[in-house]
Amino acid sequence: MNGSRTASLTVAWRFASLRVEGFPWIPALILGVIALLAVFADVVAPYNPEVGVLGDRFRPPAWQAGGSEAHLLGTDHVGRDVLSRLIFGARVSMVVGFTAVIVAGLLGTTLGILSGYLGGWVDQVIMRVTDTWLALPALTFAIFLAAVVGPSMWNIVIILAAVYWTRYARVIRGEVLSLRERDFVRLAIVAGCSKKTIMRRHILPNVLNSAIVLGTLMLGVVIVTEAALSFLGVGVPPPKPAWGLMLADGKKGLMAGYWWLTVLPGVCIMLMVLSANLLGDWLRVKLDPQLRQL
Amino acid sequence: MKRFIVKRLGYSLLSLLLLTLIIFLLVRLTGDPSVLLVEPGASKEDLVAIRAQLGLDRPLWVQYGQFMSSLLRGDFGHSFYYRTPVFELYLSRLPYSLALALAAMAFSLLVGIPSGILAAVYVNRWWDSAGKIFALLGLSLPSFWVGLVMILFFSVYLGWLPSSGSGTALHIVMPAFALGWYFAAAHMRLTRSSMLEVLGSEYVKLARLKGLPEKFVIAKHAFKNALIPVLTLAGINLVIMVNVAVVVETVFAWPGVGRLLFEGISFRDFPVVQATVLIGGTMIVIVNFFVDILYAVIDPRIRYER
Repeated sequence: MNGSRTASLTVAWRFASLRVEGFPWIPALILGVIALLAVFADVVAPYNPEVGVLGDRFRPPAWQAGGSEAHLLGTDHVGRDVLSRLIFGARVSMVVGFTAVIVAGLLGTTLGILSGYLGGWVDQVIMRVTDTWLALPALTFAIFLAAVVGPSMWNIVIILAAVYWTRYARVIRGEVLSLRERDFVRLAIVAGCSKKTIMRRHILPNVLNSAIVLGTLMLGVVIVTEAALSFLGVGVPPPKPAWGLMLADGKKGLMAGYWWLTVLPGVCIMLMVLSANLLGDWLRVKLDPQLRQL
Repeated sequence: MKRFIVKRLGYSLLSLLLLTLIIFLLVRLTGDPSVLLVEPGASKEDLVAIRAQLGLDRPLWVQYGQFMSSLLRGDFGHSFYYRTPVFELYLSRLPYSLALALAAMAFSLLVGIPSGILAAVYVNRWWDSAGKIFALLGLSLPSFWVGLVMILFFSVYLGWLPSSGSGTALHIVMPAFALGWYFAAAHMRLTRSSMLEVLGSEYVKLARLKGLPEKFVIAKHAFKNALIPVLTLAGINLVIMVNVAVVVETVFAWPGVGRLLFEGISFRDFPVVQATVLIGGTMIVIVNFFVDILYAVIDPRIRYER
């Protein structure tokens, strides 16, 4: 318990001491707006995202000929309101993205610390598994897992975490290897701290920065992978509104030139991923000088 | 050097062994494997019979032995949908994947290398900023969305390019662009950093001190050496392209390995999905092995590491 409190205090202190200079305001704002929309989707969205009116199929956005104020961003192939689906889609992307990144981070960081600090056969086993895992093409592996466990929103979270934990394990292990040789760790050993205590109270707080930076950068990767899985039909199952799923549905109107069904969900994915990447880049420079080269 | 190769070879073989073990166990530990391995729509009695036939009632290690012995004979099982050996199916699709990967690679290098060099030569100036934006966009835009928007623009509105399928040279343009897009950004970033490193080196300084014109220094002295890591990465990426093209191939109905994987998911054709993952992973393990050896040949220090 003590360890995690030290850890969370360290994080809070580091964030408080960040200088605002160079802060990527626009990306942060975009992510903030998407997060708010996701939280208040029930209030903000004008229609039920999963129910359409078949008589209102393929209505263009309001500003185009044939569009109306009733559906600002038009409707899809079964007459569902695109704006409402985009807003609820933000919820899916946010929930899947953040939980997957956090679960993968917890798993990868724990294994990375164990591997780096304990060394020996533990290190050998974890690193060989990590190497093999990295040899599997991420998307193909995720598709395989989805085929094995079946599609559902929470299965996607588990799949993404299972695919991406290795990225954390690699980086964190490298950091622990150098931390292990530092004086404060040696002194802790001399003072008679147990291995468990050292890993929790001395190593963990020092690798948290890297884990947070990696997590922010992974957010974009995870969201794109989720969209790809949903697009292929092994991600979030319909009729739930996920952006990747909307793109798959949008293909039905693509050749007829119903551009809004293809362009709009993609713009949402792009905005979210770009923002996460820009924020991650900034955090990397601020929090972790060692990672600047990445 | 011999010891290094033997050690790396051992690691690679271990990786391949773990790869098969992971795939094997995931199928069996996450549920009833007969649901996946037996054709959809089989009756209860059929299931029991086939379970016995496939040996699913035997201990795990016996099953793994069987699994491995058939893999080593190139037997990846039969496709439920096509009713042919999966391996033959895979081989029949591979040429399409390779053609697409080569075209995408050509595009990514043609864009990535010149823009990377410009960014390095004019570091922190206009070209560099433009390059940074390009790299950011390249790494952030999902390839399948780029593909869809291209279809909308070039096929639907302009009617210049065919929206899907294969056959003529025109068919490969859009898939190659969509697939190569991300890699162009990656190659640009590496070219830039590699170029910057070389431009700061002693021999480039010497070449400048000799009074060679800057153009000559960049073209003759810096460019050649900066290209080595880029071409190595390109070699690895070619293999990766074959394996990540699933979404792009699906968007454009390109009949490659990725499309095969997608059909495998859609038709619940599990042997196809399993084989695609296994073969893809094996390819990458093999490429990583050769890259490790290549690096050790170029840089002897690596051989003595650990």
